[in-house]
Amino acid sequence: MTTRLSSGVTRGAGAPRPGPIDRRERWRRAAPIVVGLVLAASIVAGLMVGPVRLSPWSVIKELIDALPGLSLDSGLSERQHDILWSLRAPRVAVGVLVGAMLAVSGAAYQGAFRNPLADPYLLGVAAGAGLGATLAIVARASLDRGVLSPVPLAAFAGALGAVALTYLAGGAGRGGSTTSLVLAGVAISSFLTAVQTYIQQQNSEVLREVYTWILGRLTTARWSDAALLSPYIVVSAGTIFALRRSLDVLAVGDEEAASLGIDVARTRLVIIAAASLGTAAAVAVSGLIAFVGIIVPHGIRLFVGGSYQRIVPLSMALGGAFLVATDLAARTIDAPAELPIGVITAFVGAPVFVVLLRHRRTWA
Amino acid sequence: MTAVAAPPPALPAVPIGAAPTTAAGISVDLGGRRVVDAVDLSVPSGQWLGVIGPNGAGKSTLLKALAGVVAHLGTVTIAGATEPRGRARARLVAMVAQDPVIPPGITVADYVQLGRTPHLGRLQRAGAGDRQRVAAALHDLDADQFADRPLDTLSGGERQRVFIARALVQDTPVLLLDEPTSALDIGHQLEVMELVDRLRRERGLTVISTLHDLTLASRYPDRLIMLVEGRVVAEGTAVDVLTDDHLARFYRAEVTVLCTADGLAIVPRRPARGAQP
Repeated sequence: MTTRLSSGVTRGAGAPRPGPIDRRERWRRAAPIVVGLVLAASIVAGLMVGPVRLSPWSVIKELIDALPGLSLDSGLSERQHDILWSLRAPRVAVGVLVGAMLAVSGAAYQGAFRNPLADPYLLGVAAGAGLGATLAIVARASLDRGVLSPVPLAAFAGALGAVALTYLAGGAGRGGSTTSLVLAGVAISSFLTAVQTYIQQQNSEVLREVYTWILGRLTTARWSDAALLSPYIVVSAGTIFALRRSLDVLAVGDEEAASLGIDVARTRLVIIAAASLGTAAAVAVSGLIAFVGIIVPHGIRLFVGGSYQRIVPLSMALGGAFLVATDLAARTIDAPAELPIGVITAFVGAPVFVVLLRHRRTWA
Repeated sequence: MTAVAAPPPALPAVPIGAAPTTAAGISVDLGGRRVVDAVDLSVPSGQWLGVIGPNGAGKSTLLKALAGVVAHLGTVTIAGATEPRGRARARLVAMVAQDPVIPPGITVADYVQLGRTPHLGRLQRAGAGDRQRVAAALHDLDADQFADRPLDTLSGGERQRVFIARALVQDTPVLLLDEPTSALDIGHQLEVMELVDRLRRERGLTVISTLHDLTLASRYPDRLIMLVEGRVVAEGTAVDVLTDDHLARFYRAEVTVLCTADGLAIVPRRPARGAQP
């Protein structure tokens, strides 16, 4: 240590630091506020925009009025009130839940597998849910009884079944590597997609319906969907949130994480199980919305760096905002027709992401 | 992370028991091959053991067995504790890997804070005390000026100091270093070795390190063991272990070991010019 100073010397701690570091630190501090505002803005926008336009102030007043213990007259008519609370609010609520879950699952998978390309569908959730939904759509029509429509249930079961198959095939029980698990996910996904495609071809009358489901939508979202979804999201996202520091430790690799006293295999299993469960519940309600699990966590990373202590909560908030905003686009661009939300997430998300990536690569 | 305005208080010395760190009959199989074969060693508290040997001798694997991150036969006792597991082991022994993984985009302070992991509950977050520990370690290693920088923008010598800082905040009595000077120029090699020696003396750390550079190995550790094909073939002081004969037999290196006032020097012997056809 030739340059070591004696401990009595005060180093220039107050001196200005180089610009890029300052900027990065500023982003890191501002990120929670910015993301929170984006989420609030997207919720208000999601509630006010539609065939019947509501003013932002009345929407905000309604939201405050809905808080326990507060009462405020928003000035909305009864019909407007119904549109807000029975049509738009459940849709926004499901959008926030699904978006938050997909984004945080993506972050969790990326951390657990130490792979930036990991997304919530890595272990076969999408293919399994697709097969389950297709089977249910082919089999049903007559069975649709309100709350428990068979399609979400079948999609949920299919998704979890696929992840279980991937785990068996990937040899996770025998201490298999994450690579073999990812490859097993690819194999199981291809297999289930093949089965799903075959069934779909054999029942061409349901082609359109299946296709619509696969591309994802929040059109039919009701309060019952939000209620069904919430427990899974609370448990899954809560688990990932609680283990976010462990995700940071896993980032140094299995051997070093073990030398820091982490039970690597068990931690990874818990995180993957939580992310898979939450993703399965989300796609069961919304269909296969693509890309949220990749671009939201990476977008957050570009601004706040690699620590999952920041990535996990911010991904949840931004994921919710992102899906509410894309749903808004899906139902307004081609109104009164609705575009599949999965198309918008990729069509809008991909270019935005590329711009971000190019712009911020220098200090990401 | 906050900048350190004033020099933080010095770290309290790690309470060290006098118990030695020992390994008895350590064997490790990797891919069906015995990489470490019945190694015994004993390091008194506060001493530095150097592990040398040719490439592929099992030096790194032996260190990983001591750290408890590879399955092994035999018994490791860390500062008196027999085969501690999980967090308990991580509170007794810290390891700096040969080529540590650098998570993309992580800042130096966040990286060093990972060393506090064994002292935190599974769901517990790092508190003010942990952050102070990190700041103090960075200060002690003269690395606090890059606390907020991404680790992957640091030079090799700076990184090595940060890796050591992470191990230091683990607050363990035993420190394992795998090739701490590889990929460093001679100035930074000496800087790192002097740093380790200073920390060892100040905190009474027991150090076990693999070393590639035999001249450095002769100078810093108290004792050496030479590992060949997983077995200990020589042990003792540098003069005992680093002989012309050992280096010829185990390294297949034609060298002369010179004894100088500053320690041993290993000089290659080359055929005289003109002797070649």
